[in-house]
Amino acid sequence: MSDIAFKEKMEKLEHILEEHKNKQGALMPILHETQELFGYLPEEAQKRISEVTLVPTAEIYGVATFYSRFTLKPRGKYTIGVCLGTACYVKDAQSIMDRLKDELKIKPGDSTDDGKFTLEATRCLGCCGLAPVIMINEDVYGKLAADDIPGILKKYE
Amino acid sequence: MEMYRSHVMICRGTGCTSANSEQIAKNFEEEIKKHGLEKEVVVERTGCFGLCALGPIVIIYPEASFYSLVKPEDVEEIVKEHLVKGRVVKRLLYAESVEEDRIKSINEVDFYKKQVRVALRNCGIINPENIDEYIAFDGYKALAKVLTEMTPVQVIDTVKKSGLRGRGGAGFPTGMKWEFASKSHNEQKYVLCNADEGDPGAFMDRSVLEGDPHSVIEAMTIAGYAIGANQGYIYVRAEYPIAVKRLAIAISQAREYGLLGKGIMGTNFNFDLEVRLGAGAFVCGEETALIASIEGQRGMPRPRPPFPAVKGLFGKPTILNNVETYANICPIFLNGPEWFASMGTEKSKGTKVFALGGKINNTGLVEIPMGTTMREVIYEIGGGCPNGKKYKAAQTGGPSGGCIPASHLDVAIDYENLIALGSMMGSGGLIVMDEDNCMVDIARYFLDFTVDESCGKCTPCREGTKRMLEILERITEGKGEESDIEKLETLAKNIKNSALCGLGQTAPNPILSTLKYFRDEYEAHIRDKKCPAGVCQALLSYTVIDEKCKGCGICAKQCPVSCISGQPKTVYKINSDKCIKCGVCMTKCPFKAIEKK
Repeated sequence: MSDIAFKEKMEKLEHILEEHKNKQGALMPILHETQELFGYLPEEAQKRISEVTLVPTAEIYGVATFYSRFTLKPRGKYTIGVCLGTACYVKDAQSIMDRLKDELKIKPGDSTDDGKFTLEATRCLGCCGLAPVIMINEDVYGKLAADDIPGILKKYE
Repeated sequence: MEMYRSHVMICRGTGCTSANSEQIAKNFEEEIKKHGLEKEVVVERTGCFGLCALGPIVIIYPEASFYSLVKPEDVEEIVKEHLVKGRVVKRLLYAESVEEDRIKSINEVDFYKKQVRVALRNCGIINPENIDEYIAFDGYKALAKVLTEMTPVQVIDTVKKSGLRGRGGAGFPTGMKWEFASKSHNEQKYVLCNADEGDPGAFMDRSVLEGDPHSVIEAMTIAGYAIGANQGYIYVRAEYPIAVKRLAIAISQAREYGLLGKGIMGTNFNFDLEVRLGAGAFVCGEETALIASIEGQRGMPRPRPPFPAVKGLFGKPTILNNVETYANICPIFLNGPEWFASMGTEKSKGTKVFALGGKINNTGLVEIPMGTTMREVIYEIGGGCPNGKKYKAAQTGGPSGGCIPASHLDVAIDYENLIALGSMMGSGGLIVMDEDNCMVDIARYFLDFTVDESCGKCTPCREGTKRMLEILERITEGKGEESDIEKLETLAKNIKNSALCGLGQTAPNPILSTLKYFRDEYEAHIRDKKCPAGVCQALLSYTVIDEKCKGCGICAKQCPVSCISGQPKTVYKINSDKCIKCGVCMTKCPFKAIEKK
């Protein structure tokens, strides 16, 4: 992210904070929207949230690291979530994960060097009828075999 | 209102949407226009029909023709034949509905025949993004009755009389919960909906929210009236984007119609709702943790009492029910509590939605009266295990539950019976496992889950589950010791008795229940260093079946560590000392001449 883009986003953060200022329990919605804006929760943003909401930064950091959807590291353009819920697990979701690791040459939790993909193991996505399943951003792909993976990744090139 | 001769219902639940059902809907609209039928035929995007295995699904009314596995390119034919000429396209119908001389309607096929849809009553029937359709199916009629004809006490009595119990896990009587909160005196109270469906393998809440969001909104408003609350929150998983979007649409439509907000239906009752997103923490399914999360804190549970009915969200009296529980509320007021109580068993009334998954033919959502047997669900509705494999166990209750082996398939499903078997109802995930699944590995899988999701607040759960996982990992890696089973049992007992919240207290269940029914598998891993199901990699070895090997040499060429030797046209051998158990040889062998044992 260039400095200018980052600055613009910090300005947008002010709108988010303004909107939630008087809400009870506003921290979670603020963090969700901040993450959507930046793609992650940058330190500067956490500090600014603290200044406006008067929640100590330590507590914000605590909340941000407690929940698995919040991330302090920038993410790839596309997040690939491999469902390792029970229904997918008993239908060999591990082989899907292994294939993605091979194709992208990264471990779960990491992003590719070009900033394109982030690979994650997720909990049940709730489409157990289609197991095994992966989700790329908001698109769900079901009834997969490991050999389907290269074709799917191609769509995002 | 427009009248149409035919309704084309297209599933836009998550399952079918991922299989391109939006494109199918668009093609229908285009083709219908092409044939000038837009005044006669309407296309509706609905919630889930349940039979996700055969998606995308299209149902055409009034015939109730059930088209399964529809592709966008099939649409032209369906419109031309079915909608223009009135000839059902047999080749695209759900195979079971086609008989020699007639076509079964969807209610006659095995998958639906035994189902009774109460919570799922509108799923697949209405367009969830259109409040008018919900109202046309008696929507908001229960709320009107409650607000204009009943006192809060009568509302609570009705729910109590129905015998409805919480559908989210423990099965606490819903009416009693409401009564506790109504008796707590405070000007500010809250109604919460737990839509943080975290149990792996459960997706009924998602389907209700995607297919019938107003039923939850209406029920929460009724609950607000009953306990004296004017604000509610729906805490929904961020992993469910379609559900979140439809809830937002439904809430704004309800506000527009004066069904949420100030002076609902011209009475002086005020109630409003807000959606709050979860952020991927399983422990937030526990009520006090969920409350902490809405308050903007880490989702950690706290000891009870005080119960949320006394001191809940922001310190005020609060009730919390899950999505399916709310989905049952309106029919109770429309049909009477006696009607609801007439279904089910002595202590478990009404119906329960199960999400069938894993090694079962008809994966999807089913709703059955309590008291139906497990066998009926798995074989008659679910169609049994695919590929002729042998049923081994069904897991219910997710990481808090246990498994039900073949010998107990005739048990009638209700809260008490499942607990007696060492499992639990839970939220209703039902994962079927066949002979190829290793039960020790399944226990390890669930413990891996709980260790990851333990919030770390209490020691029994934080440390205890980790120790249990280490033992299970050792066993699956072939390093198990004789005393391990005993150690697991002791740890399990202590954790159950001492953990702070439901997550920890139930974490040992998958181990205890697999030990109870599949102790021999544990013993085989520990004593014989064998995995009978052929799952645990460290305990397997790959061998060539001499009689089947044709000596083609493909395996030797594919082996990444060159541990397969032999000459063309002779039987090849695998050197198990060098073998890394990658399984490539087995997948590549054209004659299926390699086995793992």
